[in-house]
Amino acid sequence: MNSLAHAVEMKDIVIRFPGVLANDHVSLTLRKGEIHALLGENGAGKSTLMNALAGLYKPVSGTTKVNGELVNFNSPRDAIAKGIGMVHQHFMLVPTHTVTENILLGMDEPRFFMNLKKFNKKILELEEQYGLSVDPEAKIWQLPVGAQQRVEILKTLYRGAEILIMDEPTAVLAPQEIDDLMATMRSMADQGKSIIFITHKLHEVIAVADRVTVLRKGKVTAQGEKIHGMTKRNLAQLMVGRDVVFNVVKEDREAGEVVLDIKDIHAENNKGLQALRGISLEVRSGEILGIAGVGGNGQSELAEVITGLRECEGQIEINGEEISNKPPIKAINQGVSHIPEDRTTVGSAPSLSITENAIMKGYCQEPIGNGWSINFTRAGEHAQDLKEKYNILAPNVRTPAGKLSGGNLQKLILAREISCTPNLIVAMQPTRGLDVGAIEAIRSLLLEQRQSGTAILLISEELDELLSLSDRIAVISDGKIMGTVIAEDADINEIGLMMTGSSGERE
Amino acid sequence: MAIRLKVEKRVDVPRWLPLATSIGSVVLAFIIGGIIFKIVGGKPFVAARFFYQAVFGNWAVFSDTMVKATPLILIGIACAIAFKMRLWNIGAEGQFYAGAFGASIVVLIPIIPLDSPKVLVIGLMMLMGMIFGAIWGFIPGYLKAKYKVNEIITTLMLNYIIINWNNFWIFDKWSDRGFQMTATFDRVAWLPRLADYAKQFKAFSGVTLHLGVLFGIAAAILVWWIFRYSRWGYEIKLIGDNPEAARYAGINISKNIILVMAFSGALAGLAGMSEISGVVHRLQESISPGYGFTGIIVAWLAKLNPFAIIPVSVLFAGLIVAGRELQPAGLSFLLQGIILFMLISSDVLLRYKIHILPTDEETA
Repeated sequence: MNSLAHAVEMKDIVIRFPGVLANDHVSLTLRKGEIHALLGENGAGKSTLMNALAGLYKPVSGTTKVNGELVNFNSPRDAIAKGIGMVHQHFMLVPTHTVTENILLGMDEPRFFMNLKKFNKKILELEEQYGLSVDPEAKIWQLPVGAQQRVEILKTLYRGAEILIMDEPTAVLAPQEIDDLMATMRSMADQGKSIIFITHKLHEVIAVADRVTVLRKGKVTAQGEKIHGMTKRNLAQLMVGRDVVFNVVKEDREAGEVVLDIKDIHAENNKGLQALRGISLEVRSGEILGIAGVGGNGQSELAEVITGLRECEGQIEINGEEISNKPPIKAINQGVSHIPEDRTTVGSAPSLSITENAIMKGYCQEPIGNGWSINFTRAGEHAQDLKEKYNILAPNVRTPAGKLSGGNLQKLILAREISCTPNLIVAMQPTRGLDVGAIEAIRSLLLEQRQSGTAILLISEELDELLSLSDRIAVISDGKIMGTVIAEDADINEIGLMMTGSSGERE
Repeated sequence: MAIRLKVEKRVDVPRWLPLATSIGSVVLAFIIGGIIFKIVGGKPFVAARFFYQAVFGNWAVFSDTMVKATPLILIGIACAIAFKMRLWNIGAEGQFYAGAFGASIVVLIPIIPLDSPKVLVIGLMMLMGMIFGAIWGFIPGYLKAKYKVNEIITTLMLNYIIINWNNFWIFDKWSDRGFQMTATFDRVAWLPRLADYAKQFKAFSGVTLHLGVLFGIAAAILVWWIFRYSRWGYEIKLIGDNPEAARYAGINISKNIILVMAFSGALAGLAGMSEISGVVHRLQESISPGYGFTGIIVAWLAKLNPFAIIPVSVLFAGLIVAGRELQPAGLSFLLQGIILFMLISSDVLLRYKIHILPTDEETA
């Protein structure tokens, strides 16, 4: 083995899917002991390229060298044998088994007698080496997402991976967990592991990576550039190929009548614990009220009680009409649109067509709903309109929603929720996991709605987003509103303090 | 020259493909069945002719096949609508018996004077059959909607309850001279058969096909319309695909669980009524050779498409009819098994595109 060789050298890789050239002569060089960011919009071909490196796809042409040796993987097993491990975005763990059992799954050792004690110790040693703390005897379902991800990383390390591919590892994590992950990545790189870090979050690239390769529509636009001295703006340009306006223009607008009026709401979460402890809020027409806070402090529950998906105590009025503890249809009829946190499990039906997904909220109303029947010709036209107006990329409106990329699915949901001219939009993390182009489009759409007089409750964990879109920002912590500030003259430190649970001053 | 298979995921499924693979699978199953028949020492072509004769040979035997297909069509459709919503109604057998009981009591109590016009008697029997079937579907539906009781268990258990309930009446209360069956119904309660018109049309003599087959066709059209154009059908599909999304869209899931189970039960109940009134003409033991379970297979093989259920039912009815004639009798079960196997594996072709390439082709 040539010790001077690069960890991975992929050259002129071509991968084709029906109708798409996913990778068009892509080259990538990973040096030993570096963190190499692979950046690109959704559908740019990042995951495809990495799946090829991990042995899941076979390129049509091109060569791959690992540690200077030409390889030709037929299965993930071949890739693992060469020391390549992939940490997938969606975890592949058995929820009812312990951490150790999950790590040992599929290994040759132990053979028959499960001497788990011995292996627990081995795993603890591995954890110590890389600063990954998780209880080896805990069952997976008991662990928070961040810890589950650490188990996935341990799994690849245990299998002797020298080259780690991490597919959007931060997409599922809370802010502090992201910091922990980055520290781990650093420590692994310092100990000689080579890491490919797939992401589309620019600040993460700048924070942790040594070099970056940027893909756009299957082609390389920057190959192995040094991060040092790069700005977010440089990277964004390489990703989307045009100058992105990050600060969307927000026009001045007087807020109108109170649309949403919440008084002293209490609610429980799925585990039966108090999630909302006496929340009161007001959102006026033409106003965006941002809800800032660390994930899991009652945001999801707040969105759910307003849209009728969760029971609560207290009072929720839309335009003076009480809607708390009524079935969801009541809120829908009062003109409440909901952009749910989870696009795939709540916001859409994966095997139904784009058309059928586009009419989910309006199928009872004329002209699409027609008494007992649905006019599917009209519905198809409506979907076609939305597809064109919101630039949803798909072969046609009969395509199943499950085949859309994350960004396009989010555009479809947004298009559906906006097209019914709502009084109130409850938007939960509307840009999470999207690429720069889609984020910009979605933020502009929300501002357009504000301009046309819709009241918007924007729940987000991204402070940048809240500051640039909201009129007022309320900070939530442990199910309580810690304070509300005017977005224009908000002090980030003050918001940060309130997010950690200290009371701020009310406006 | 060696060849190489290249497998690709399909993005779009052409419309003709599901039908083509289904027909292809059945043809292939018959070929394989023939080969096996040959191996065990039979004469496949003779057997095939015999099979054809026994199922489609003349109007009389074809009508026999259609008579067997009738309950399968109705039950297949009953299952399809429940399965579309991912409600695992495996109680069609019980709902069939409930329908048969409901239809019978019209005559046995009697609820309506037996000198009433035939239209009234038959109409009331249909209504009672559907109501009783619907009740037998409503119970597990209600339990699932209100208390989240697993419908697989309840529908299965209710099968045994209703079969024994029937037995109680035919063994005891309404037993005909001690036999475990009731007396033959008055003619007024018989569904019209083609044979009834033998006087006018010679060709109909001995043709047992009864009006029930039209119930099946009507049900297919109705359910096709529901799936394709109705609001209810859309709600059913949405709940089936993603209940969370359906709730989010404001759909009342509990109400739909109850409605769909009752509707499914009503169709299976109608099948029971049609069998009682069109074929056996009395209430007795074992009126079903497992129609309620075969109907589940029929619904799946037809991919829950109401129109596809009709030919699939005829095919399975043919296998039932031929099974009586062919020796060894197991052959018909063997064929059923192979057909099922072929159809299920042919699904791969719908999900993947398979290219056959010569190995020496340059792929650059």
